[in-house]
Parts: sequence; structure tokens; C-alpha cells
Amino acid sequence: MLGQLLYALVTVVLGVGGCLGYFYVSNLLLDRIFPASASNDAAAVRNLKIQSSVRPWLFLGPALILLTVYLIYPVFQTIWLSFHDKAGTSFVGGANYAWAMNDAQFRQSIFNNFLWLLVVPAACTFFGLIIAVLTDRIWWGPLAKSLIFLPLAISFVGASVIWKFVYDYRGEGQEQIGILNAVVEYFGGSPQVWISTPFWNNFFLMVILIWIQTGFATVILGAALRGVPEDTLEAATIDGAGPFKIFWRIMVPQIMSTIIVVWTTITVLVLKVFDIVLTMTNGQWDTQVLANLMYSWMFTGGGDFGRGAAIAIVIMLAVMPIMIWNIRQASAEQKGGH
Amino acid sequence: MLDRIRLEPSRFVLHLAVFIIVALWTLPTAGLLVSSLRDKDQIAVSGWWTALSTSEQRSQARTKGKADQVETDGKFVIAGNFFEGAGGHTSLSAWGTIVNKPDANAPGATVEIGEGQTLTVNADGSYVWTNANAFEDDRGRRIFYVSSVPPRFTTENYENVLFSQGIGRAFVNSLTVTIPATIIPILIAAFAAYALAWMKIPGRGFIIAVIVGLLVVPLQMSLIPLLKIYNASGFLSKTYLGIWLAHTGFGLPFAIYLLRSYIAGLPKDLIESAQVDGANDFKIFRRIILPLSFPALASFAIFQFLWVWNDLLVAMVFLGSESDKVVLTFQLNSLLGSRGGNWEILTASAFITIIVPLLVFFSLQRYFVRGLLAGSVKGG
Amino acid sequence: MADIKLTNLNKAYGAVHILKDVNLDITSGEFIVFVGPSGCGKSTLLRTICGLENITSGVLEIDNAVVNDVPPSKRGIAMVFQSYALYPHMSVYENIGFALENQGLPRAEIRQKVEKVADMLQLTPYLTRLPKALSGGQRQRVAIGRAIVRGAKVFLFDEPLSNLDAALRVQTRMEIAKLKRGMPNTTMIYVTHDQVEAMTLADRIVVLQAGRVEQVGTPMELYESPANTFVAGFIGSPKMNLITGAPAAAHKAHTLGVRPEHFEVSKTAGAISGTVEYTEVLGSDSFLYVTTPHGLITVREEGRTGFVPGDAIHMSPVAQMTHRFGEDGKRLP
Repeated sequence: MLGQLLYALVTVVLGVGGCLGYFYVSNLLLDRIFPASASNDAAAVRNLKIQSSVRPWLFLGPALILLTVYLIYPVFQTIWLSFHDKAGTSFVGGANYAWAMNDAQFRQSIFNNFLWLLVVPAACTFFGLIIAVLTDRIWWGPLAKSLIFLPLAISFVGASVIWKFVYDYRGEGQEQIGILNAVVEYFGGSPQVWISTPFWNNFFLMVILIWIQTGFATVILGAALRGVPEDTLEAATIDGAGPFKIFWRIMVPQIMSTIIVVWTTITVLVLKVFDIVLTMTNGQWDTQVLANLMYSWMFTGGGDFGRGAAIAIVIMLAVMPIMIWNIRQASAEQKGGH
Repeated sequence: MLDRIRLEPSRFVLHLAVFIIVALWTLPTAGLLVSSLRDKDQIAVSGWWTALSTSEQRSQARTKGKADQVETDGKFVIAGNFFEGAGGHTSLSAWGTIVNKPDANAPGATVEIGEGQTLTVNADGSYVWTNANAFEDDRGRRIFYVSSVPPRFTTENYENVLFSQGIGRAFVNSLTVTIPATIIPILIAAFAAYALAWMKIPGRGFIIAVIVGLLVVPLQMSLIPLLKIYNASGFLSKTYLGIWLAHTGFGLPFAIYLLRSYIAGLPKDLIESAQVDGANDFKIFRRIILPLSFPALASFAIFQFLWVWNDLLVAMVFLGSESDKVVLTFQLNSLLGSRGGNWEILTASAFITIIVPLLVFFSLQRYFVRGLLAGSVKGG
Repeated sequence: MADIKLTNLNKAYGAVHILKDVNLDITSGEFIVFVGPSGCGKSTLLRTICGLENITSGVLEIDNAVVNDVPPSKRGIAMVFQSYALYPHMSVYENIGFALENQGLPRAEIRQKVEKVADMLQLTPYLTRLPKALSGGQRQRVAIGRAIVRGAKVFLFDEPLSNLDAALRVQTRMEIAKLKRGMPNTTMIYVTHDQVEAMTLADRIVVLQAGRVEQVGTPMELYESPANTFVAGFIGSPKMNLITGAPAAAHKAHTLGVRPEHFEVSKTAGAISGTVEYTEVLGSDSFLYVTTPHGLITVREEGRTGFVPGDAIHMSPVAQMTHRFGEDGKRLP
């Protein structure tokens, strides 16, 4: 154990030190090779100009290289691979996509992903709004919010264990140790095998993600609600609007842009959902989703990179509209000011 | 401020509603924590919500056989204790001789069981079985009883998973992966963010647009090509360096985006003033930008830390299953497969994997929330 | 010695032309003030001299050396920013010493220089404080201290008083004037939109409008003989009356400029007649706003006025105190 700790420590120090070292040494070299305090002024000025044209690339270089290697190049490579066979050697045209269209598992995944997209962002936003409004009005609201926010720090795997325990099933007549079945029995029902009952089990998996992400929605929407100018609420009260009307007609429209941001953020997350399905069912009992299906194709049966890549491209196409919208927003913002 | 809207039903209903929601959200985690501290036999037979109450257990036991009979006053007696070696916590609340009626007799009662035999069973599990004639059965008699087991909490489960189930080693591995995979992207992103915010670079707008686009690119797009590169390279495959760089690459778009918007918001005068004061960009970065960006750096650090610590996919693909480098999430996932029914192992392991994020989260919640807001509300 | 010479200086951001053919000669030790309405390019001009903005075309010389491409730190200048730009995480001592640290001076020397400046500006008790623990005036002094400690030949001030309240502004204005007297060889360039600061501080004023230099001269030159209607209207408060039509024609000009204080008023007869619209009585003087066929005219009377709104009034410009401008707005000889 001690040896392992020591090894870990050395590795960590080397890794972080190497990164620090790069920035320090490269900048030091630049200052040494083109000294700003050269003896004659003209040389110093020239050196400073060289410095200021080289230095941005010293700063930006590692980021650009990593982004290229880890994200930009792979995007193109994946597109290329999706038109090739399992080993990525010979061109197969649209065969991988044609296979996907006819594959029952793939269709199941598309259907399930669609369900997830329909339910999870909506549920998180809805609960987030309700909780933000309710907790803002009581003295222990911050504590309540912290507790609802807490699952956000828990890994999907950890959350899966937590919920598997909630959904635990024992045969009728035995003492239930899963709280859900215990409650069902308490009210006179008979216990259910929640995670292996097709179709409905999808929703029991979604509950996990909703449980995790609602805190995120609550915090963001809560902050936005607090930013709604109070005089608009006062004006609405004077105009005779009731609380529900004020909520729906005055508050919600004013935070619409934030609602959209929350919605899209969770949507992107949902498209990538993987861990929950893997750990809860591994796609069995009709719960397969694209991300998990892709993972299976990468590694099972020696791996089929062509099919895996084709599935990745489908996920990518799904996030494309959000990506374009984001870029537009960002460039508009840049033009608007610094 | 929402006080202004007064819903008619009383404040009580409001408090109750919030209380119910909070209970729904915390119960699952509470169940995990409570269970991980319970005795492993108790986890299997009763719900965690009963952990504090003494549980009723229906069991059966067998008395000793004829070998142990003693003759006293013309009677043959077999005496003993059902709970021998059980630690003395359990107590018997009822007993019977028929399987369907384990609660027929109170403790201490003496019951005629025919053929001149009597049986007495006491609360502490001791029993006396008398017979007018000599006992002839080798095996004793079966007794059915209801016993109450007092609550028992223990850290045995934790000791077990830490040292025997590989969770301890995985914990150290997780730290080895997470710490550099948090610090390296911060450094790289902060330098890049400063360059993109304040330095003159051709194509700056384009680079920023690309980074914003990369924000939502699914990890899945990268897995196959990277796996190929890693397998071909050798020094990246299944190494810590490989996974640090992978996490750095995947975390960079968000890091640069978040830090750039913060650094670009610092007062222009400060940076110009430092330029007039003769500081070069490296010095401005170290002496002005880094100290002033602390809140944003902290926000991102928490994000990245949680993301890396909680990640399963990247660890599975790039670190693989070699036991000496397995991280917590991976180990927990394997246990879920191999020890699916052993809740004492799963709950304790799960709690160890979530304790670090929870601590980070609670101690630095302020920065975490600030980062969330900066990352999403901006420009809304 | 720090003469500054600007020759045909131009600055453009893409299609937007900010500075147009600026020519200026500044002699060593002068206190120069750039004034003009907001957006006239005065701050940009200052920042170009500083080196924070590139020069699009033209030549900038400091001490007879072309410095177009020289970075700010090598120009021998110091700048006091509008926001003071104090580094919020550094103590007063570190703030003042930062430039010296960048020059690579030994610690002892930095300490000695910083302490000398702090003493001069009465900042010694605050050296260990962070900027946020200082008052507005003290922050101002730290900003000036940062400039002084470097021994710069040229001081640039970008609206340094605009963050101070009215009372402190007057006091600090005097301190800056005193500072200048104590550093006779240091050239100072000061940007403001406040003509009172310009008139009180400047050796020479540069009036800018829409990126062009309208006039350069001493405060009294600008007051007494404005080169065009813009300068005429910009310098002096209340504004000079610019009258067109018959009264101007009578002086053989397109536009006749008369300052409010340069009218003789009468209830019976005068060159221009009108009706008092409104009066402002300030005690030391009174202002009359008069509607005439030639537009609204402002008149200043010393002490109290005998007019009330609605009165008929007749005004005659004081001889020798009128300004004549041609059709192009330029001063006529």
C-alpha cells in the first residue's frame, strides 16, 4: 500500500511538473533567445516584437495540439471509419448505416434515446423550476437546495448502485429490502421486478438521471428567477394577476433563455448517457441506448469499428443543431462587445 | 423575493411540500449510507429503514440429542442454549414446536408435548427438555422460535471492501488519475484562455468558434480513433499519461470557454497598466491574471475533479481492466457484476466512491455554483 | 528632455477613422491638455502616444527617435489610468514597485525608491494595504506614485479625476498642478472632457473634434481668439453665442460670436432685441435666456438682474469683444 502511494505521488508530481515545466522553460527560452534588454535599443525593440508574435503560440500551442488530437482529428477519422469495415481497412460505402437501419437493437436504441430526450430534460426543468420557486420562499431553502443539488456530485455508477438498491426485488412473501417494493407492499400491492420489465424499466433508469440533474436545473433557474426585476412582479400584482398567472405569464417568459440553456445542456448529456444503462442493465430488457450500443460494438466480438463509428456519427448528428446554435450565440456575443 | 406571491394554502403546506421533495431526493443516498454500516446478515433480511429498531426474526433450532441426556430425580433431562456462541445480543420472544406456529408459547413457559415430555424455552435461548423415559433420538427436536435481533452497526463492511475487494487500491488509483487530470487542463486552458482573451492572434475569432463547437461534441466521436492511436503508440496505451491527456483533451473546450469569458472580463486597464509597467505577457499572466482568476480556476477545478473522479467510460476505454490501474468507478462496476447480491459490499464500496466528491462538493459549493452559472447563464 | 512630435498621425479601426492627420509639437516640460467632446479621439490619441494602440500611418517621435513600433515600456512614459488600474491583489508597496521589479532592479533599490515616493505622496502609512482599503484620493495618489517611481520623462493622464466626487476633484486638481511645478522637466499630457480642468492645468490646450485637431494654444489664446466656431462654442461657460443673420452681417461676418458676459443690456434700445424667456440668479451673476429673431441668446450680468421673464430686452455686443467667423466656420481676421 505504501509503495503504491509513493508511486502515485511520484507520478502525480511528474505529470503536473512536466506541464508546468513546459510553460516555464519555453517562455524562459524565448526571453533568453530574444532578450528585451538587449544592449542597443533597436535590437531590444525588434526582440520584443518577435517575443510578442511568438508568445501567443507558446500559450495556445498545447491547447491547440490537444484539441486537435483528441477532438478535431477524431471527428473526421470517425466519419471516415463509419464508411469502412470492422477493421477500418476497406471501403464499404453506406453499409454500416444500412445495417444500423435494419438492426433491431439499433432501432430499439433510437426509440429509447428518443424517450429519454422527451422525458429527462422536461422533467429536470419542470422539477427544477418548481423546487427553485418553492425553496426560495422558506428559511431553510438553501439547505433544501443543497440536498437536492447533492446527487450532482455522485458518479453515475455510484448513483446506479444507490438506485439498484432502491429497486431491489425479493419474491412475494419475503421481506423486501428495496424501499420501492417495500412501499408497494405496504400499500397492498405486489412487488415488481422494476428494472427488467420492458418499456417501463426505461423510466426507472431515467429517474436516476432526473434525480442527478434536477439540482443543476434548480440552481441555474433559481439564479435566473432571482434576476427577474421585482417591479415587474409588483406591476403584475397591481394589475390584478394571481400567483399562478404571475409565475407563468411574468416570470417564466423572462427566464426563457435560461430555460432553453438548461434544456439543451441536459439534452446533450442525455444523448451521451452511457454509465447508467451499462451498470443497471447493460442494455438488456429493451433498455439499450446509442452510447452503450456503440461501446458494445467497439469491444464485443473483437470489435467492429465501422459500426461503432456509424453509431457515434448518429449521436453527433443529433447534437449538431445545438452545436450550431451555440456557435451562433457565441459569435453574436463576441461582436456585441469584448 | 418570491414572498410577494402568496399562494393561498398556508405556509405549512409549502414547508411540507419542500420537505417531501427533499426526503425523496435524499432517501436513496441515506439508504446507501445506513446500509453500508449495518451488519451484513441484517442487510439481507430487513429494510435499511428498520435499522434502528430491533428486528423480529423467525428461525428454527434443534436441541441436542440423546447423547447429552442426564438423569436426575428419575427424569431424563436435555438442557442447552440455542444462542450459544451468538454473542448474547439476541433474545427470544416466542416459540413453538410446529413450523406454522413459532409464536405459540411465551418464553419461560413449560409445555407438555406428549409422551410425558415437557419443554421449557427461556428468553435467553436456554431450554430444558424433560422426559419420564430415556431419550432415544440421536438428533434432537426441532424448535421454531421468534427472536428479536437488536440493531448492530459496524465498520466491518468498509474494512472488507477497502482491503479485500480492491477498493482501497482503486481509491489511490483514482487519486493518481484525478489530480493531474485536474491540474494539467487548468494550466493549459488558462494560458490558452489568456491568449484568446488578450493577445493579438490571427484567426482568434475562428479559434473561439471552434472551441464553442467542440463543447458539445460527444466523447463517443473520439473513442475509436483515439483507441487506434493509443494502441499504435505504445507509451499512451493503458498508462496514466494516456488517461491524463485524454481527460485534458476532453475537458479543454469547457475549461477554455469558462476561463476565457472570465479573463476577458477582467479590467482592460489592469493589463495595459502592467504592459506600461514593462511586464511581458508571461509575467502578466503569472502576476496579474492567475491571482485574479482564482474564482474561475476554482470553479473549473471542481468541475473537472468531479468529472474525472466520476468518469467510467474514459477509464474503461483508455485505462482498461489491468488491476493495478483500475479506478474506483471501474471497480465498483465490476463488483456490481460479480457481487450483485452482496449489498454490504456494494453499499460500502459505493459510499467510498462518492465520499470524496461529496466532501469537495460541500466544502466548495460556492465556487461550484458560480462556475455552473458562468458556464450556462452567460449571454442568455 | 522629452520632446514629442506627431506628424500626420492617423488611426483607423477598419473603416472607422478615429484620428485624422494629427500634427502636434510638444516641448519638453510642457503640460498639455487634450479636450473635446466624448468620442472625439482624445483618449485614442493618448493611447497611441502611450503605445497601447498601433499607429495606422504617420510618425510619432519622442526625443527625436521614431517610436511607432516601440512597446509602451520602452518609451520612457508612465500612464495614470482613468480607473487607476491598481492591481487589486497587490499591496500599495507592490503596486508602486511592480514596474521596478520588471526592470530587474535589486530589492534594496526598489525599497528605497518606493519609500521615497510614498513619503512624497504621504502614502507611507498605507504601504502594506490593499487598494480596496484605500479612499478614492489615496488610490489616485498610488496611481500617480506608480508613474513617479519609474522616473518617466512623460506622464500621461487619462481623465484621472472623473472617478472622484466634486470636492475631492478640486483638491486633487490642485495637487496635480503642484506635482507639475515640482517636476518642471517632465512632460505631462492630460486628457479630459472638463474645460475647467483644461483651463486651470494646461500650458497649452489641444482641442479635438471628430479625430481632428481644431486648435492648439494657451488657455487664454483659446478663450480670446478661438480659431473656429467649434472651439468658440467649446471653450467658456456658458457657451459663446453664435449669431447668424442680420447682426452678423452688420459686422461683415457669416457668424458673429459674442460671449454672454460681453453684452451691454438695456431696457430701451440695442443692436439686438428680444424677450427674456427665463432667468437664473446665482448670486455672483445672473443668466438671462433671451428669445430673439436670431435664436436663443444667453446673457450674463454681474450680481442681480433687473429683468424678469417676459420683459423686453435690448442687447449690444461690447466692441472689441466680438468674434467674427466666415461661412466655413473659420475665424475672420
